[in-house]
Parts: sequence; C-alpha cells; structure tokens
Amino acid sequence: MNDKEILLRSIQEVEFALLELNLYLDTHRYDRLALMEYNYYAQNLMMLKYNFDMKYGPLMNFGFSPSVDGWRWIEGPWPWE
Amino acid sequence: MWVYEKKLQYPVKVGKCDMRMAKYLYTQYGGPDGELGAAIRYLNQRYTMPTNEAKGLLTDIGTEELAHVEMICTMIYQLTKDATPQQMEEAGLGTNYAIRANALFPADPNGVPWTASYIQAHSDPVTDLTENMAAEQKARAAYENLISMTDDHGMRDALKFLREREVVHFQRFGEALRIVQEYQAAKKIF
Repeated sequence: MNDKEILLRSIQEVEFALLELNLYLDTHRYDRLALMEYNYYAQNLMMLKYNFDMKYGPLMNFGFSPSVDGWRWIEGPWPWE
Repeated sequence: MWVYEKKLQYPVKVGKCDMRMAKYLYTQYGGPDGELGAAIRYLNQRYTMPTNEAKGLLTDIGTEELAHVEMICTMIYQLTKDATPQQMEEAGLGTNYAIRANALFPADPNGVPWTASYIQAHSDPVTDLTENMAAEQKARAAYENLISMTDDHGMRDALKFLREREVVHFQRFGEALRIVQEYQAAKKIF
C-alpha cells in the first residue's frame, strides 16, 4: 500500500467505528460510554480527513472538504476505478 | 440532503479470473433482496415512523445501503470493464451486452429490471420493521450463496464484510422494533 492508500484505509477504519457506534446509539441513546467513544472517533476522523484533503484533494463535495489547490474534486481515480 | 464521499465504505479488490461472478453479483444490485431495494425500502419507510429512534435508524441504515450499492457496482464494473463481447457471453452476460454493452443496469442476474414491488411500506411500524428484519436475513442468505460460489479471495473478503452488515442491521432493527412496541404500549395507558 502507498501513503495515500494507508491514510484512506485509516479513514475507512475510523468511519466504520463511527458508523457502528452511530447505529448503536440510534437505539441506545443514553449509553454514555458509546457516546464518549463516538466523540473520540469523530475528533480523530476530522484530523484524518483534513490531512487527506490537503494531500490528495477533497474527499467530499459541496463544501464539506476545502479545495485549496485548484478544482481537484474531478481528478481520478474514482472509487470504482 | 445527502453528500458524497469519494471513497468506498470498505476496500474492494477483485481478481479478473472469476468473471461469471459478475452475473451472480447482480442479485445484490437490482435483485429482490439486493442493496438498492434495501436503500429505497428504508429511506421510503422512515417518513411514517413514530419514534425518533426508528426515524434515525432508517435514515442511517438506508444511507449505508447506498454505500453497499456502490461496493457491488464496483465489483461488477471491475470484473466486466475490459471484457470483450465473447467474454461477456461466456460469463452469461451476452444479453446484457446486446442491449447495453458493458454498462451496468439495476437488474437481477436474469436481467429482470429492479422494481419498486420488491419493497414494502405499510405505515404500521411493527409491520415495516418486521419486513426489514426479514429483508436483512434474506440478504444475509444471498451473500452466503454468493460466497460459496467463488474462491476469489478479494471478492470473498468484500462479500463477507457485506454479509456481516446484514447481521448488524437485523440486530438494530430488532431493537428499534422493541422501542416502537414499548412506545405503543405506553400510549395505550395514557
């Protein structure tokens, strides 16, 4: 794996933890421990995504990622490629 | 409102050698218990759910199912993108090629187009959530069928991930159902 793939893989891992915690919290909204974990990983994800956006271009559209170095949103490869 | 993330939910790495799986994978794209049906089922049912837990869960699982549609389409695309007409025919996709060459289409492995009649919505939340639990089990069984049909390591890995997700969704829908039933019971008292 190259550096981009390693960073993307950690984003996928942290997002997976967050998705799991999100679905769990949907039906266990008063679980404080799960909520703490959710907020911990959310912080983590923000930093990972910022790193990715700066190095490899925006991960998200519609302003959820900055596009500092020209309009890089349309650069390939796309996820299915 | 939805936003797109330019990445897959889980990495998909399929080898080129098992092209006949492309045809079978169509069951999880446009088949009766596929990912597209799941996404539409949940995102359509959420409007008439009585509890915030159920509204949230259907929104979130419906959104996750769209990411699964993308994973399945990526697998099919990876398998078929460079296929010649003859290779498509050998993989059982000759009729697909005749109509639309190597394009993807939301249909089942027999080419039957996806239809809204694959989903249900009755406004009764117990009915809808029970339908969803059954749908998750049907999709789990379909993934087990698909896993048993290939020895491609990358494909099996992605299919196993998707199978696990069906198990988790079934669990969460069961919890949402219990919360809805408690809500209905509490309403009768007051």
